Amino acid sequence: MLIELKDIRHIYQLDDPVVALDGVNLEIERGEFLGLIGHTGSGKSTLVQLLNGLLKPSEGQVFFEGRDINSQEVELKEIRRRVGLVFQYPEHQLFEETVARDIAFGPKNAGLSEEEIENRVREALELVGLDYESFKDRSPFNLSGGQQRRIAIAGVLALKPEVLILDEPMAGLDPAGRRKLLELLIHLHRELEITVILISHRMEEIARLADRVLVMDRGKIVLQGRPAEVFTERERLKEIDLDLPVVTDILKKLEEKGLKVRTDIFALEEARDEILSALEKQSQFRESRPC
Amino acid sequence: MLTDITIGQHIPGSSIIHRMDPRIKILVTLLMITILFFIDTFIGFLLFLLLVIIILLTARLPIKRVLRGLKPVFFLVILTLFLHLFLTRGGEVIWQWRFLRIEEAGVFTGFFMVSRILLLIMFTSILTLTTSPLELTDGIEYLLKPLARFGLPAGELAMMMTIALRFIPTLLEEAEKIMKAQKARGADFESGNIIQRAKALVPLLVPLFISAFRRADELALAMESRCYRGGTNRTRLHELKLKSSDIYLFLLAVGLAVAISFF
Amino acid sequence: MSQIEMQGVEFSYRAQQDKALAGIDLKVEKGEFISVIGANGSGKSTLAKMMNVLLVPDKGSVTINGLTTSDPDNIWQIRQQVGMVFQNPDNQLVATLVEDDVAFGPENLALPTEVIRQRVDQALKTVGMDGYQSHPPHKLSGGQKQRVAIAGILAMLPDCIVLDEPTAMLDPMGRKEVLETISRLNREENITVVLITHFMEEAGLADRVVIMQEGRIRKTGSPREIFRDTGLIAEAGLDVPEVVALANQLRQQGLSLPEVMTADELVDSLC
Repeated sequence: MLIELKDIRHIYQLDDPVVALDGVNLEIERGEFLGLIGHTGSGKSTLVQLLNGLLKPSEGQVFFEGRDINSQEVELKEIRRRVGLVFQYPEHQLFEETVARDIAFGPKNAGLSEEEIENRVREALELVGLDYESFKDRSPFNLSGGQQRRIAIAGVLALKPEVLILDEPMAGLDPAGRRKLLELLIHLHRELEITVILISHRMEEIARLADRVLVMDRGKIVLQGRPAEVFTERERLKEIDLDLPVVTDILKKLEEKGLKVRTDIFALEEARDEILSALEKQSQFRESRPC
Repeated sequence: MLTDITIGQHIPGSSIIHRMDPRIKILVTLLMITILFFIDTFIGFLLFLLLVIIILLTARLPIKRVLRGLKPVFFLVILTLFLHLFLTRGGEVIWQWRFLRIEEAGVFTGFFMVSRILLLIMFTSILTLTTSPLELTDGIEYLLKPLARFGLPAGELAMMMTIALRFIPTLLEEAEKIMKAQKARGADFESGNIIQRAKALVPLLVPLFISAFRRADELALAMESRCYRGGTNRTRLHELKLKSSDIYLFLLAVGLAVAISFF
Repeated sequence: MSQIEMQGVEFSYRAQQDKALAGIDLKVEKGEFISVIGANGSGKSTLAKMMNVLLVPDKGSVTINGLTTSDPDNIWQIRQQVGMVFQNPDNQLVATLVEDDVAFGPENLALPTEVIRQRVDQALKTVGMDGYQSHPPHKLSGGQKQRVAIAGILAMLPDCIVLDEPTAMLDPMGRKEVLETISRLNREENITVVLITHFMEEAGLADRVVIMQEGRIRKTGSPREIFRDTGLIAEAGLDVPEVVALANQLRQQGLSLPEVMTADELVDSLC
């Protein structure tokens, strides 16, 4: 077990206290791709900030490799290096004069050698699909929004995290930018075996990428399982006003109309084949038993 | 959390003091502060204190809140007191120890100065406690309007204040977010000496300024596209209108001020 | 006379050599709902700013209800007629209270207090934010903030609203709120809507879609026409909505299907 949350309760002490998380238990295995969905204010952002110690739970414990990260013995800096967190609109945190120096911020804080830092910067830039030589000396502020976003993500990747958490990383990007970022996430997960936790409002993305989906509502995890399990709970999702992936929605509606199709499919090609074969079966069935 | 900071310290209420026209409140406050500097008798101060207490009670303000407002000036008050006690010369010597000496005049001036500072703070906090920042801005705008003739951009100043009030919470929220993002990259805002800490603020301040400029840019566009063209020739949803009670209260305040200054 | 007429519009930002707009011809009729899609940097936002005199063409002309934007005397009249909603809800709300923000436009038009009051309340009712008059904007959700921004435009009684990616920063609930509001304004109040968006499903709500690429209009047509052209969509760096993508895939496999835009339409045409 890589990460474990035990009986978490988190309260923000404002003028009137807000219970952001209530009775959350969660285990995350190394190498998983976890999708996190729920409305704004359901507790997703609070949950992920507990994982690298940016927030301390009001009650309960957070374990990383079996160690309580909020205990005296554990260095939070180490946890934050190993559990990378990319916030929403991460390009808004860029501050250095050059791309290379901005990406180097994390590794520098980790106390790495100059040589190692340069290697990390080079690797991180190439990971996000930007050429080291042509980008390293440019000012991050003269780049396009999509490039800025990738540089900010490189700034987290340069720490070589074992776990990478991303909060709505695709928000505000155009379709091409979104596709590139999706490919990056798949690469990080499959090739580099990074454990990925993705918050997204796009059900299609979550359904296609995640091994396991967590659904949050009002501070609780209300549903979890493989995408096929979670997205077939249409009624439950409707109750909390969450959408189905478009493809699932179509398959469900076909099923309701009497076409025998599987509804646990998310990829377009699979859905296409499923619909075609179901239609074929139906017409054979009708031919064999004319009304 | 940074966002816990509330701007101004306005306590909403419906007392006659709350409902008073902000312009009158500002004027009365200015008048009373001026008077405060002319008072130089015990009775004068006592009367003034009595007035403050009466207003506090009428406005139903929690006395604790008002007293808490005095905390930040505590050091200043003590310092003023000591400086006057030991340095102001005149009258009989009351107490002496080696080179330290307290004379009569020192006690008096010390006491007066301290009373002035405390009463001044109390009176202005009555203004800020009973008037929302919005009303204050409106009031200031109206009062400055006559100065527009001399080139003072009253409308623009008021607009700046409104925008500042509107964006302070947004920027505080943003600062907190950036701070967290940098912490996630291993930044350390809490330890080290002063210089190290100041350096650690760069990754926070640079993005914050950039974002503030970007916001300002976008806001300017949005304002222009909504036909904003400077402070002149605008009407207001909330026009300030003087009620007769405002005038009576104003006259009463002037009367009191004159009376107090006679003592 | 069309409500918005653009003829041979060219424009470049000083810092860049490339033309942000390289010859745009476009007409928008009163009461139409058009959406503009295109990759980042295709000139969508520049196009939007032309409609509200935030930018004036280097070459060519833009006229709004017959008024040319190049004449400085027309600026304020045009800005009253064409309202603009921007992407970031936080950066377009001016005041510390919702009602004061909605009043900002009418105040600039120097309307009497009673008229402002009435317009503010009416506008807030229209966008479903009645009762929020004395809320501070920073405590509202993203969708609510955008609706307040729309109310601020409505209070100026415009003929046309131009929205520059108004849902880009919102969650699905906020997006729904805003889109419903826009559609309703178009349907019920007959307000012309120009919606710039990255969400292909949103573009599908319009009567007409405009695809932009490198400062030019590649194609205009009904959503069905536009999204049928998958080659063009890919070239412009865009996607087709999922429903359309699935329908296109089925069609490629020899299934004969009519043009569909929504899940229900696809389901109905399948069985």
